[in-house]
Amino acid sequence: MSMPFYVAPEQVMKDRADYARKGIARGRSLVATQFAGGIAIVAENPSTTLRKVSEIYDRIAFAGVGKYNEFDQLRIAGVRAADLKGFSYSREDVDARSLGNQYAQILGQVFTHEMKPMEVEILVAEVGLTSEDDQFFHILYDGTVMDEDRFTVLGGDADAIANRLEESWAPELDLRGVLAVAVAALAGPDRTLEAADLEVAVLDRGADRRAFRRIERSELPKFLPKN
Amino acid sequence: MPFFNPAEDPGPDFAALAKLQGLVPVPPSAAVDERLQITHATTVVAIRYADGVVMAGDRRATSGHIISHRAIEKVFPADRHSGVAIAGAAGPAMEMVKLFQLQLEHYEKVEGSQLSLEGKANQLGQMVRNNLPAAMQGLAVVPIFAGFDTRRSMGRLFQYDITGGRYEESNFATSGSGGSLAGSVVKMRFHEGLTRDDAVDLAITALFEAADEDSATGGPDMVRGIYPVIATITSNGFERVADTEIAQRFVGLLDALSSRDGGGRLPETSTETAGGAR
Repeated sequence: MSMPFYVAPEQVMKDRADYARKGIARGRSLVATQFAGGIAIVAENPSTTLRKVSEIYDRIAFAGVGKYNEFDQLRIAGVRAADLKGFSYSREDVDARSLGNQYAQILGQVFTHEMKPMEVEILVAEVGLTSEDDQFFHILYDGTVMDEDRFTVLGGDADAIANRLEESWAPELDLRGVLAVAVAALAGPDRTLEAADLEVAVLDRGADRRAFRRIERSELPKFLPKN
Repeated sequence: MPFFNPAEDPGPDFAALAKLQGLVPVPPSAAVDERLQITHATTVVAIRYADGVVMAGDRRATSGHIISHRAIEKVFPADRHSGVAIAGAAGPAMEMVKLFQLQLEHYEKVEGSQLSLEGKANQLGQMVRNNLPAAMQGLAVVPIFAGFDTRRSMGRLFQYDITGGRYEESNFATSGSGGSLAGSVVKMRFHEGLTRDDAVDLAITALFEAADEDSATGGPDMVRGIYPVIATITSNGFERVADTEIAQRFVGLLDALSSRDGGGRLPETSTETAGGAR
């Protein structure tokens, strides 16, 4: 029997983290932010069929960046977990915190035990009845969970985008206002993003039950600033 | 959080997922209704009209000869553009509705698109079929399904039998103990291109006549203000008709009935009129 080479655990973890980060950095970023009427999620995504943002439950949305097949698998698992929980208990018992924790467990497990970590960064967002109750759980490839407020940015270029957002974001912005700010932050100083480059969905605070609504690409220009 | 390998993955099917997770009840192994009084829900009716479909159901649930509930609801939205109405054993029927609603929503979320109306009707048929072992033991559930087919821009109706047989009806569908009575009323007055007002009135008349003959069907309860649940399903989606509107229409119906014979409706049997001038 051959002896495997000794590799320090620090090195193993670092290599895996680098691998995951590189995978995520290849994709495009995404912004989720509060606005006066709820939560808006804006992703840079040229496809109209392969979605980065989707509905998990009545007031909960999911967003992912990185490798599509991996975050889509997580998305479906989340829909299943939420629907099963709502079916066996009550719709009120389904919450973002519990889903976020379950995702963190899975990502942590995969990061340490599997051949390769998942090259994804995901977001579980829940719109509350008031803006104080809104929740953003931002989960990294290694299972790190961050509970964020106001807004959060996922993807390789997150820090730069978050800095740009910080400058122009305000809590009282309406949907048009917040989309303008989010799109500008995503684009950066050297580019402009058109409706055809974007995927937008909102969680509507005032909704009766299912709060998730896509803003289809055809209606998107109405909400975007004219260039 | 449930993960599956590709061979065992239930896909967008919530019922299969619930089964894999052990959440589906086992059907009873012996006849239940011989030993226990089972609560039954009765008459429901759906009628196609110009803009879509109207669905209606009375509010009574019975256990044998006892009224076990006077205000249960039997007409539910299945999703935005369809509705389901139930008759049969109330417990399993409510469970079936809950599972069906969830099934449609689950499919939509997992797949990212809605099932076709026909697909929804077939799903419900499979659920009725899966209930057959329980139906054999006295827990039958026979729903009707109706919706606005957004691809064809028309209302469509589906009736079921206890084995899960699915039958598309062109004009109206009924189920429950007073179903055939209500169906006769609808059949007499149905015509192509009914307006919303006419269709709602027709549903009210049908339920009234069914309640008149069938003890398991509840009539309007004007003392408590309990009226049938009525909903329209059109391109605008599933919309409940307000109780105040239904109450007014019942008053209209009662006026029409009592004025039919000049002044006041004659009792059908009376010692005073027996052998009299009439």
